[in-house]
Amino acid sequence: MTPNRPAREVSDVDPDSHARLEREEYSTVEQGTEGASEPIVRRITGAREQPAAGSAPAAGESTEAQTKAGPSIKLEQLRAFYGDAEQVKGIDLEFHANEVTAIIGPSGCGKSTMVRCINRMHEEIPGARAEGRVLLEDLDVYDPTVDVIAVRRAVGMVFQKPNPFPTMSVFDNVAAGLRLTSRGRGDLREKVEAALRGAGLWDEVADRLHEPGMGLSGGQQQRLCIARSLAVDPEVILMDEPCSALDPIATLKIEELIDELKQRVTIVIVTHNMQQAARVADRTAFMLGGQLVEVGATEEIFTNPSDPRTEEYVTGKFG
Amino acid sequence: MSPSSASNERLARFAVSPARKRRDLLARGGVIVGTALAVMPLLLIVYYLLRKGLGVWSVSFFTTDPTGNTFFGASSIGGIKSAILGTIEIVALASAISIPVGIGVAVWLVEYGRGSVFASAVRFFVDVLTGVPSILFGLFVYIVLIVGTGSTYAGWKGAVALSLLMLPIVIRSAEVILLLVPGALRESALALGAPRWRVIFSIVLPTALPGLVTGVLLAIARAAGETAPLLFTAAATLHTSFNLSGFMNSLPVQIYKDVTSPTTAVVNRAWGAALTLVVMILLLNLIARLIARRSRLA
Amino acid sequence: MEATPLASSGRSIVGRPLLARLPDRILKYGLSALSALILVLIVYFFFRLIGQARPAFEKEGVLGFVFGNNWDVGAEHFGALPLLVGTLITSGVALLIGVPVAVAAAVYVTELCPLRLRGGLTVLIELLAAVPSVVYGLWGIFFLAPKLQPAEQWLADRLSFIPFVGGGLVTIPNYFVAGLVLATMILPIVSAISREVMATVPPDHKEAALALGATRWEMIRMAVLPYCRSGIVGGAMLGLGRAIGEAIAVAIVIGDAPKLGHQLFAQGYSLAAAIVNEFGEAQGVHRSALFAAGLVLFVLTLIVNAIARLLVARAARTGGGRGGVENAAAGGQVIGGAAAGA
Repeated sequence: MTPNRPAREVSDVDPDSHARLEREEYSTVEQGTEGASEPIVRRITGAREQPAAGSAPAAGESTEAQTKAGPSIKLEQLRAFYGDAEQVKGIDLEFHANEVTAIIGPSGCGKSTMVRCINRMHEEIPGARAEGRVLLEDLDVYDPTVDVIAVRRAVGMVFQKPNPFPTMSVFDNVAAGLRLTSRGRGDLREKVEAALRGAGLWDEVADRLHEPGMGLSGGQQQRLCIARSLAVDPEVILMDEPCSALDPIATLKIEELIDELKQRVTIVIVTHNMQQAARVADRTAFMLGGQLVEVGATEEIFTNPSDPRTEEYVTGKFG
Repeated sequence: MSPSSASNERLARFAVSPARKRRDLLARGGVIVGTALAVMPLLLIVYYLLRKGLGVWSVSFFTTDPTGNTFFGASSIGGIKSAILGTIEIVALASAISIPVGIGVAVWLVEYGRGSVFASAVRFFVDVLTGVPSILFGLFVYIVLIVGTGSTYAGWKGAVALSLLMLPIVIRSAEVILLLVPGALRESALALGAPRWRVIFSIVLPTALPGLVTGVLLAIARAAGETAPLLFTAAATLHTSFNLSGFMNSLPVQIYKDVTSPTTAVVNRAWGAALTLVVMILLLNLIARLIARRSRLA
Repeated sequence: MEATPLASSGRSIVGRPLLARLPDRILKYGLSALSALILVLIVYFFFRLIGQARPAFEKEGVLGFVFGNNWDVGAEHFGALPLLVGTLITSGVALLIGVPVAVAAAVYVTELCPLRLRGGLTVLIELLAAVPSVVYGLWGIFFLAPKLQPAEQWLADRLSFIPFVGGGLVTIPNYFVAGLVLATMILPIVSAISREVMATVPPDHKEAALALGATRWEMIRMAVLPYCRSGIVGGAMLGLGRAIGEAIAVAIVIGDAPKLGHQLFAQGYSLAAAIVNEFGEAQGVHRSALFAAGLVLFVLTLIVNAIARLLVARAARTGGGRGGVENAAAGGQVIGGAAAGA
């Protein structure tokens, strides 16, 4: 279900205009299993293409993806250890389906560690382990009967530094995940194109699909990595500071992308940049010292936080 | 709590096919088999050396020269005294030549010539030297020192061949170690007004010493085991000799001669000698590694 | 230049007396002369070797020597093709067996093996390089070859339809055993370089593959092996150089049959083995022919090693890391000797 927003024109990105905060009208939306009203986050004007309710799908998105809903994610008493050191200390947190949730907090507070527990990448580090439950809808990914590789297909990840496979072309990069499973080569081309369109990269690389992935610009490489994750059709995408290595224009493109993608998947984004959280996220969670301090609608967190520590962080008193 | 059927369906979409799991297992198995294959030869060699060689060891084994008799029993074929002593003498001389020259060249490469075209050329040729099969060193010394001078085999000529072999090893390892000495160390000494040679001898070389010793020991270990360079240069004699300008025996050459003998006792002597040689080399390696660990660099 | 003395020390701060500068000068030029010596040495060797080989080339012609298929000492014919082919066969077998095993071991040690086993395994493989080649020969001819003979005969009988492998009588010294011994000798070098290159794969790429839902092996195939390709090939070529030049071990286990190799399990010959076996008693043209064989060996190893170095250097460049790969190439040679031992 798409939120009821006024259609917006695609206007040229004006790098000189500063962000003008604009309050938009609220609308009441039923989403997933939640009956709560979904507040709409402030946006930067002048740079957004928004799909209107009931309008034709945005260019390139496959229709079937639009009708699929991402799962909600629930962390129950999640603890993460590096050897004996406890980095994430008992977190209960829920990510709503088809929403973007941002995790903010000072360096070292455990945001990345926590997020890496969701797709069980944390345990790849020697000596690291996690306790607690991580539920995709009602499936605990840490359940011993669950195959960790299957979890990683369902939960995709985009890393801080763009990391396309250096020995592969653009096409091969996107197809990499697909080639692990799909037998039929027939629809490989289609799937790669769909993924590239979904990442907003198709127009830029359509004529150089077989050139090395590393030859793209930083922002393009990151979108390539997003396409790579999208190609295997995940239900969740985790993003660990995806724009921190990119310039502002590339960052903007990716934020637009996130806005489109959330209709297909649930997105969790770790970010250092509070303005980014404000722009992109529906809900925001603030972490400190391995613990969850506060979570709520992004608007609330930034204008009217309930915990004093949140207020200190958000107003820049530390971190 | 086991996942509900809806979630099962959800994750089943992403499940790993048994074929992939099989391939993963097969690949892991293959890699483990490969590793086992890589480790086995050493264990087998050590086992055989011990089994066949230990029995031959005795006091007389180490204190009598080979007699050259190959038709009689073990008691009359002698031991390997001249071989051991010969190896020690030849390798010692080879080291005396190659160590100063090798470290000198390395010092020049790092301290004086760095970055120059000449240095690149030298490094290139040192690399070439590293790749030369050791038998060619023997041939070279033969050409220059035996054919060229019209004289005959001698222990010192074998030592020259071995030193040629050791040279690139010493140079390369010394260069690596010297490069690891922090530039800041040199600079602070130079800033105090010390001349370059002083800095090298008082600061750089002492700091690099453990690493240099390691490299040298490994080069010695390598040279001690070489046969071909000695075959046509030092030749071999049966008697213990301290005269480096005459024929000289050595362990590898002695083993090589004994290998093809039809007499079992002689072959057994070869095993005993091989065990001796390997023990010597492994000891050198061990000491080299221990010293390397105490190095303050890298 | 006027010396301007400092306060009370009496030392001038401009210009040092000639005597004080002398040690530096001597050291600098002395050492550079020494270094130049290396260059001179190699070039000199090359030319002297050619000189000694000339009589053989005059008799057979250069191409006739290298590609002539007739090594007959008695009749004073010296076509070295059987020797060359023998060298190629044994080195080929060594690569075929040694490289996969070495790479597998490297993969295991860097990716799959529990941390505490890593050091021990590495040492065990590297120690193979410390074993002298004459001991390899001894072990090869008295343990390996006899043990393998029944299996080889079985293979030869079963696969008699395959031209090179099957049919015929299996002798104890043969090409295959020589290749196998050589494979063992090149294991440490190839493994060390492969290990170094694999250790420099950036973890990002491995994580990206895992996050896509790849199994461990799929991750290695996607992110590790392609990255390490040129380094591994470079290491393999260094191993090849070693195998080509190895004389003593091969001489002991290959037999003594200077005929063109037509069967894997038959006795054979190689360039280096011929030199070792025949040099002692060779006279005149024969001796010159052996020098010529040495020249061929020299040129071969030069080319192979040059290519190897290029590849390893390229791998080191893309890999970064503190020149770990080049150190391995240097260290691998230090500990084992990529130069063919004898």
